[in-house]
Amino acid sequence: MTVTETAAPDTGLRISTEVKVQSAADREVREPDIVIKDVNLSYGDNHVLHDISMDIEDRRATALIGPSGCGKSTLLRCLNRMNDLIDNVKITGSIMVKGLDVNAASTDVIEVRRRVGMVFQKSNPFPKSIYENVIYGLRIAGINDKATLDEACERSLRGAALWEEVKDRLQESGLGLSGGQMQRVCIARAIAVEPEVLLMDEPCSALDPIATLKIEELIYSLKEKYTIVIVTHNLQQAARVSDRTAFFWLGRLVEYAPTPDMFTKPKEKLTEDYITGRFG
Amino acid sequence: MERHHFEDELKTLKNRLLEMGALVEDRVHRAVHSLIDRKAEEAEAIIAGDREVNELHIEIDDRCLKLLATQTPLAVDLRLITSAIKINSDLERIGDQAVNVAENVVKMLPQPTLKPLIDIPRMAEIAEKMTRDALDSFVKRDPELARDVLRRDDEVDQLKDQVFRELLTYMMADPGTIQRALALILISRNLERIADHATNIAEDVIFLVEAKDVRHHHLGEEKAQ
Repeated sequence: MTVTETAAPDTGLRISTEVKVQSAADREVREPDIVIKDVNLSYGDNHVLHDISMDIEDRRATALIGPSGCGKSTLLRCLNRMNDLIDNVKITGSIMVKGLDVNAASTDVIEVRRRVGMVFQKSNPFPKSIYENVIYGLRIAGINDKATLDEACERSLRGAALWEEVKDRLQESGLGLSGGQMQRVCIARAIAVEPEVLLMDEPCSALDPIATLKIEELIYSLKEKYTIVIVTHNLQQAARVSDRTAFFWLGRLVEYAPTPDMFTKPKEKLTEDYITGRFG
Repeated sequence: MERHHFEDELKTLKNRLLEMGALVEDRVHRAVHSLIDRKAEEAEAIIAGDREVNELHIEIDDRCLKLLATQTPLAVDLRLITSAIKINSDLERIGDQAVNVAENVVKMLPQPTLKPLIDIPRMAEIAEKMTRDALDSFVKRDPELARDVLRRDDEVDQLKDQVFRELLTYMMADPGTIQRALALILISRNLERIADHATNIAEDVIFLVEAKDVRHHHLGEEKAQ
């Protein structure tokens, strides 16, 4: 880009008279981190996910939206084998996370859940100190060296934008914090084991608006390091934090687009009806 | 509570508007000087088109739409973005008027100078400064500067009428002057339109800062809102 500058008379504003125009959506497309192909899921006779295929970009935030019961949380839970905890679940199709087949018989489910961390709607800090909460995953993996754990604790709390608030009370109970702080402890706990993907299932539903905005600001920095998939009922939140949005309806993926496009010019009428609140 | 991402987007939007303003001011300036210096090539260059201004025009509207959709702006943020859309439009029209001036210059340059130019360069100077000050008032969020811009519009209108009356006498005295006189009258109208667009920008700035809609009021009778 060549820029010729002249000073505009009187204001001394330096102006470039040759400008490279950037479109607002000007950014590189990255390799998919997660490849979901032809996934179908049933709980017993209840077929809840139909032929889901989508690629989730590396180190971006992807939002899953749709009305209650549309399958978005179910799909999220497929990504870290959390559906294993439910009886009678049958899954077909393939889910690859950075080349690892999540559902293969040979895959270590613990390893999946380390690499694909999760934060839930209701934050669930353990009845332990803040410190023990954050480094829990490392301890049960057998790491007991204090220096390593201390470093991981600070790194993770900084990564969760919580360090300054709790650094002088790490030995206090994790249960004694505000809702927003507890949620950030849970995020710190998830990132302490250095995952590649962070799943968030309605992470702000139980939080007040200010705590919500803090978590949303945090997501902007988290997505520099982690691939984030977030399920949310809050369309404005999806619009604010995500790079791509996937709309689900009755277990099907209806539309999947860059977020600015999804919220300014969705292609499907069903999507538009949902986003504009025009369902009967 | 800070929304860093949103703040960055707003800053980029403002910078884009300023770039557009600078480009457009430059074109007006060059169009007027193509007349004063009698340089047809200068005028032709402006007529040849301005890809950068057009692309910025589209980009700014696109940014504003996406900001409205993705950030749910409220209060001053909402007023900022709706003002940006309007200012974008007024700047683009100013750019179009610069082209119109250049086209009229091209029509009259083949013939000798009709008369020394006094009022038209004066109009141009005022209109250019109004545009610059209107944009400045936007950057500095300065409603007093914006009101000052509004006050200067009357002088431009008076000069336009003066130009018309004077050139009318030329045309009545000698039909051979009609082509040049009409071109000058049209140029004076283009400049008066540029000043009007600058006042639109100033009105948008007052709305942005004070949430007061001062359009269609005379300054003396601004109603309390």
